[in-house]
Amino acid sequence: MLKSEITLYVNGEPRQVYVRHTDTLLHTLRENLGLTGAKPGCLNGDCGACTIDIDEEPIKSCLTLSVESTDKKITTVEGLQNAQIQKEFIKKFAFQCGYCTPGFIMNCNALINKYPDADDAKIKDWLESNICRCTGYAEIEEAIKAVLTKNQQGLSS
Amino acid sequence: MISYDFEYHKPTSISEATHLYQSLQSQGKKPMYYCGGTEILTLGRVNRIVTGAIIDIKGILDCNVLKLEENLLIMGVANTLTKLNETNYFPLLSKTIIEIADHTARNKITLGGNICANIFYREAVLPLLLTDSQVVIASPNGVKVSFIHEVFHQTLNLNDGEFLVQVKTDNSYFKMPYVSVKRRRQWDIGYPLITVAAIKNDNEIRVAFSGLCSFPFRSQQIEQSLNNRQISRQSRIDQVINDIPAPILDDVHGSAEYRLFVLKYTLNNVLDALEGERHA
Ligand SMILES: Cc1cc2nc3c(=O)[nH]c(=O)nc-3n(C[C@H](O)[C@H](O)[C@H](O)COP(=O)(O)OP(=O)(O)OC[C@H]3O[C@@H](n4cnc5c(N)ncnc54)[C@H](O)[C@@H]3O)c2cc1C
Ligand code: FES
Ligand code: FES
Repeated sequence: MLKSEITLYVNGEPRQVYVRHTDTLLHTLRENLGLTGAKPGCLNGDCGACTIDIDEEPIKSCLTLSVESTDKKITTVEGLQNAQIQKEFIKKFAFQCGYCTPGFIMNCNALINKYPDADDAKIKDWLESNICRCTGYAEIEEAIKAVLTKNQQGLSS
Repeated sequence: MISYDFEYHKPTSISEATHLYQSLQSQGKKPMYYCGGTEILTLGRVNRIVTGAIIDIKGILDCNVLKLEENLLIMGVANTLTKLNETNYFPLLSKTIIEIADHTARNKITLGGNICANIFYREAVLPLLLTDSQVVIASPNGVKVSFIHEVFHQTLNLNDGEFLVQVKTDNSYFKMPYVSVKRRRQWDIGYPLITVAAIKNDNEIRVAFSGLCSFPFRSQQIEQSLNNRQISRQSRIDQVINDIPAPILDDVHGSAEYRLFVLKYTLNNVLDALEGERHA
């Protein structure tokens, strides 16, 4: 068998899709489910544009098969719905063309949830997974730190 | 996007996996074991890996074990580099693997996939070579345990149909002084120019290399030279250079001359860290 009908749990909903076993999750999300937030960049694991969260951890969807993702909780940028990190990206002007932004947002979102007191070294280590061709990383770091600070102070943006 | 098709199988036991392999092989499907999949997908996309069936071993319990049992750390091959780093049972392994790829990729790359990778760096092997770790290998005839130096010669020598299930390391090594240095030509992530890992066992330094030749290695000859304290540090390092067992890599990441230059510098760092300046 080279194709299967599988159920993926995406953004809180079960979604049935018919996939080739060689289909990457990036391909299935975009082409079968219309979730175009995850972006195709290098398709080689280098750029991070395709990053989504799987079981709360950032994962490059170009390095993941759809068939190996059936028992996982998949979150794409469409599933975030006005998360604090999205608001801070806008406030801090943390993007220009925006192509890399969904990947960065998903990475930052997982970081903030996993390490509410992430230090500079942790932030740097995680951000190295994503490449932006337009802007510097300073604004992105500022956006993360703004969310971390607000969370620590118990404030919402 | 991979242009060809393959079957996907996810066995839940070792014997199911090896029998599946045999059956798929007899059907001419050239099956491959699949762990993190990062290499199979990236090389598959450019047709450098072509297979008719993959056997995903992440569903096998033995491949997911991560525990200390008496004095042995048992590491299932499906553990991701991130998980091994976060649990940090084995500090030298953590230090070496945190330099592989980038954080998000390490959420997918597995211990087994790195040890068995086609790409020649396979840096996760270095700490295992230094600590005489054991490897648990499954075949259709059952499971065997060997010391890594018996089966790892440039690559892990597996017979057709065999796969790596676990790695076991004696925890007495975890307290020894160690150093792991990854030198890149530029940036903080990605493939190394060279990686050197070393530990000090009693007074003897053990050292292993990746990115220097076209395979990762540890060499007795090199260790003898490095530990020869009858001669000056500089002579010891020169002797090590003479003992390198194969041509030094000369590629886009760096010329052989540049690698040699960086190696000498790095060996000095290793000696500084493990012997202190006074031995200089
Ligand atoms: C962005 C990026 C950066 C990278 N940077 C580095 C780096 O800095 N250093 C480095 O060393 N590597 C690097 N790599 C390569 C990466 O380490 C390898 O691709 C990775 O080790 C493969 O691990 P995996 O679990 O994804 O393996 P898979 O893709 O699942 O398998 C790799 C190979 O091993 C075989 N295999 C897997 N598991 C077993 C097993 N248990 N028994 C027998 N055979 C098995 C497979 O059949 C396949 O041939 C990088 C890769 C990417 C995508
Ligand atoms: S498209 Fe996945 S990392 Fe570049
Ligand atoms: S904003 Fe254009 S690539 Fe990042």
